[in-house]
Amino acid sequence: MADKYVSPPLTDADVEGLVAGDQVYITGVIYAARDSAHKKLVELLNRGEELPVDLRGQIIYYVGPSPAKPGRPIGSAGPTTSGRMDPYTPGLIAETGLKGMIGKGSRSAAVKEAIIKHKAVYLAAVGGAGALIARSIKKAEVVAYPELGPEALQRLEVENLPAIVVNDCHGADLYEGGMRKYALP
Amino acid sequence: MRTITSDAVIEAVASLCQEANFYLGDDVKEVLQKSLEEEVSPPGRDVIKQILANVEIAAGEQVPMCQDTGVAVVFLDLGQDVHVEGGYLYDAVNEGVRRGYTEGYLRKSMLGHPLGGKNTGDNTPAVIHTRIVPGDKLTITVAPKGGGSENMSAVGMLTPAAGAEGVKKFVLETVKKAGPNPCPPIVVGVGIGGNFEKAALLAKEALLRPLRQPSPQPDIAEMEQELLTEINKLGIGPQGFGGRITALAVHIEIFPCHIASLPVAVNINCHAARHRSVTL
Ligand code: SF4
Repeated sequence: MADKYVSPPLTDADVEGLVAGDQVYITGVIYAARDSAHKKLVELLNRGEELPVDLRGQIIYYVGPSPAKPGRPIGSAGPTTSGRMDPYTPGLIAETGLKGMIGKGSRSAAVKEAIIKHKAVYLAAVGGAGALIARSIKKAEVVAYPELGPEALQRLEVENLPAIVVNDCHGADLYEGGMRKYALP
Repeated sequence: MRTITSDAVIEAVASLCQEANFYLGDDVKEVLQKSLEEEVSPPGRDVIKQILANVEIAAGEQVPMCQDTGVAVVFLDLGQDVHVEGGYLYDAVNEGVRRGYTEGYLRKSMLGHPLGGKNTGDNTPAVIHTRIVPGDKLTITVAPKGGGSENMSAVGMLTPAAGAEGVKKFVLETVKKAGPNPCPPIVVGVGIGGNFEKAALLAKEALLRPLRQPSPQPDIAEMEQELLTEINKLGIGPQGFGGRITALAVHIEIFPCHIASLPVAVNINCHAARHRSVTL
């Protein structure tokens, strides 16, 4: 477990270097999307149409921010529960070359398999630390689906956004490992 | 008979919605501080530090501590000698929610229809629970409740033979199943007895008690302590990264119940354990 600094787009080698438990600081562009935006992206994929953004090597952050106060780029912006995106994630990883997801909570077996097979990584940000996390988001702009309000697809410019590796491409799982390590009889 | 205007209710609710989301209670902060000393896992300690830093930023900048500013759950303890003037009480509560969530830049998360409806745009309607109490005062409590922890809650209709052991097992299983999803460290509200819906409401009310204030009933206080110890042995830890602090407190409320039933409800709350009250 170590501190790592990454900037998307991520390569296979970048992803291989991240292991469960690593504290990662992300700088650059990431995309915010949650339930409805995922549904729309996957519908486009299924129809064989082009996506509004090229996700190759990119990171999606599962977040539905609160409204920005005047003069601020964004409101509070902590992660939402990732499990709701599980039905869409394996397809996105396989077909778009998506490399990273940031959220909170456990993923399905299918997502973990896709992470191993296609070399991707699942990270968790601290749920409920939305005001703190917002400090590392410097700019936010809606790139698609403005009608979805807090669920719109957004492009975020981030500086040292903190997250921790939960599922790495080598098959390790911080949630399972952590629980085993600290459980008492 | 004492008169309270609907305008006073609107104003009170609008302020409470914002205060509840900006300022975490001192009771919760104190327990978080203490937990930091007790947590042995390095990622777990780091999470608690981030949570505490977040609480300070939210209060200082008057922004919500969590972007999920929740369903507006509103408890009204309405004195039976109060007369509300100027409009329907529930309309006033909803107007307060509308103003509070808009003026406070809080997230609007309510869909007008549970099956894929449109966002109502102002976080109404509130979920309102009214209790008629003696006296001529109105106490309003706003308890915003996020989806992540609410989704991990459960009601079980146990048989009386299951007894205290069955209740404890159900609580532990619910917390274990929730794992990292409800943003641990969590607060666990438990309702035992009554019937199906009474148990659920008791569990919600249990979350309003000052954190770690034990139940006045000695046997229940003991069960709270035991459950807290057992939950913190699970190893889930802060955010599920592994550690000893999975729950900050377990609060149990009970009610008499039918000879054939043993309902038990577990309402999980996250560390963003928000509620704020005012008495008019
Ligand atoms: S469970 Fe609580 S802390 Fe976590 S995202 Fe939901 S409201 Fe925020």
